[in-house]
Amino acid sequence: MPLGLNSPQIVLLGVNHNTAPVEVRERLSLSGSNTPALRLFAELPSCEEVVFLSTCNRVEVLVSTNRLDEIRESITKLWLDRGKMDSNTLQGALYEYHGTSAIRHLFRVASSLDSMVVGEPQILGQLKDAYRMASEAKTAGLVLNRLLHKAFSVAKRIRTETRIASHAVSISYAAVELAKKIFGDLTGKNGMLIGAGEMAELAAQHLIAGGADKLVVANRTLSRAVELSRSLGGSAISLEEVGDALVDADIVISSTGAPGIILSKDQVKRIMRPRRHRLLFFIDIAVPRDIDPKVNDIDNVYLYDIDDLKGVIEFNKAEREKEASKADRMVEAEVIKFMAWMESLNVVPVIQHLQEKAEAVRQKEILRSHKVIESLNDEQQKAMDVLTRSIVQKILHDPIVYIKKGAQKKNSEMILDAACSLFGIDGLEDTQKLQDKCLSDANQDKTIRKPSPN
Amino acid sequence: MHKFLFQITVFIYFVSTVGFLVHIITLRKDAERIATVVLSVGFGFHTAAVLMRWFVGGHPPLVNLHDSLSFLAWAMVGSFLLFQWRCKLKSLGAFVIPFAMIIMTASSFQSKEILPLPPVLKSIWLPIHAIICLFADAVFALAFCIAIMYLLQERQIKKKRLGAVFQRLPSLETLDAMNERCLTVGFPLLTLGIVTGSIWAEKAWGSYWSWDPKETWSLITWFIYAALFHQRLTVGWRGRKAAIMTIIGFAVLVFTFLGVSLLLSGAHSYATWLK
Repeated sequence: MPLGLNSPQIVLLGVNHNTAPVEVRERLSLSGSNTPALRLFAELPSCEEVVFLSTCNRVEVLVSTNRLDEIRESITKLWLDRGKMDSNTLQGALYEYHGTSAIRHLFRVASSLDSMVVGEPQILGQLKDAYRMASEAKTAGLVLNRLLHKAFSVAKRIRTETRIASHAVSISYAAVELAKKIFGDLTGKNGMLIGAGEMAELAAQHLIAGGADKLVVANRTLSRAVELSRSLGGSAISLEEVGDALVDADIVISSTGAPGIILSKDQVKRIMRPRRHRLLFFIDIAVPRDIDPKVNDIDNVYLYDIDDLKGVIEFNKAEREKEASKADRMVEAEVIKFMAWMESLNVVPVIQHLQEKAEAVRQKEILRSHKVIESLNDEQQKAMDVLTRSIVQKILHDPIVYIKKGAQKKNSEMILDAACSLFGIDGLEDTQKLQDKCLSDANQDKTIRKPSPN
Repeated sequence: MHKFLFQITVFIYFVSTVGFLVHIITLRKDAERIATVVLSVGFGFHTAAVLMRWFVGGHPPLVNLHDSLSFLAWAMVGSFLLFQWRCKLKSLGAFVIPFAMIIMTASSFQSKEILPLPPVLKSIWLPIHAIICLFADAVFALAFCIAIMYLLQERQIKKKRLGAVFQRLPSLETLDAMNERCLTVGFPLLTLGIVTGSIWAEKAWGSYWSWDPKETWSLITWFIYAALFHQRLTVGWRGRKAAIMTIIGFAVLVFTFLGVSLLLSGAHSYATWLK
């Protein structure tokens, strides 16, 4: 009887932006192949369950396997054959995680702790896609289903309970976040673009998403201004009209290619009275700068140039890193919980065996008394059957509950051993030992190669 | 009994203060929630203490410095709770509640004995005038805290220091709007306080206005807030200037409240009596 021996192991192999250049990642994604990569991995005899994740920054194969010794070889072989690359490059870039460390790595990836920009939200969606493909292709089973669902919930918790994603790390987004700290709500605020550059357009889109109302585009060539204002849903003016239009503007994003300053301190000072001293926020992302830096000295006027915004981003990145260590602690706690569940899988065969043995005993005893039993009528025979069954069940109930509970505890092995010897489950001792050996090996985090720290 | 209630209130306010400070330092949301609940409980005890004192003394407990300070803190906490319920302002508690706590501490050092009311103060105008004035003071105290927050935040943004302080304070425009809201409540109250005081003065002393120091300084305070109110409405004064003006107004208010009673003598200070 195959007991415990086949307890599944989680293994993760892959490369990411830290360990492999983009050419390697491209090849490993196996996108050129006719058969989907997921199918190729699923066809490997050593793969019980598999999820294949391929994004622009990482390629990872997550498997649940019963053949720990073969898995690395068969996966790398597949990669080498299909990806057409040399062994040394792959071995140099590949990382491999087993058991606890594989779970930890997956949780960190899902929570965007392993990303190039910590906290960026896309990876979770990509992982969800990868999982959906796996579950549609039925390559994810009991273990990976649970593991992935856990990863999603861990990621969600980290996103809500830490501030890992709450600091803007792009120029245009940082600018809008700042605007929110000045104006609170952007609803009803008027934006103005001076110059119609790409970055300004991006920031304008963020402004509109943030609730900003009207948008005015001023540009040297009016046609471009008209074009952009149409796509953003605003109006266009010429550069000469900027001075007057400032009276109604609240957030001004300037990005012209002008060689010198196009908006002086006096110009801005003059419009403060007509605008009844309402707050005015300038974002100058042009190099060289468009707006006189002294504008920042005017009351209720705030001017940020590209370097200021870069400073904000640097600061925000550092904040995210700080939050990341908090997130890592949360990951650690979840990894331990998941391992406990994995280990509880070991008790299933023991319980099965216990029930089978009890049933065998019951059958045997009934057979022994078959002469008496056959003399009874149908109804009585049925009652006899029910009676014996329920005696067996009642007797086994407490031990089974105890074993199930014990599996979550540290001394689960001892409890399993005790259960086996108490009920004299044949041959189990040997298989059990084998299984334990497998498990403890896996638990020692046989990480063959860890990615270099960033 | 009222002394005991008062002491419990001080203790509960202290716990709440700690809660608000923990919140602003660690940004833990539960700390703020607990602090608000604790504060509400404290406010209940405080209300009971004031009512008990009124009942025991037989006259409104608004006569000596202990009473006035205690009532001021009560009005501040009440306004704060109302304010937070209507329009939640991030981190406001960490500014207002420690301030209320200081006022309570100052109050607890004053004599808590209930003395018989001097005959001249026996009037229905005593609670009307005093309660209106103290509420005006409380609302301006709130405005003062908001103005301080505005100046702090303004400085962070102007100097491009977007660190811990920046993250913890609300946006400039929100703070400015709240400052304005306090002004639109506080200023009519202050005006009403001076008018009721004047009516009472006519009944008690026979003249509406006798230029005693308290009256004079009340008028100065009134003019400062009137100027701020006027400038806001007409020229659109806001932001930094409005915040500075709010702080100046409050400084004068504090002098009117404390300085005049303690330093200058006049008809309003029955020895160390009223206010």
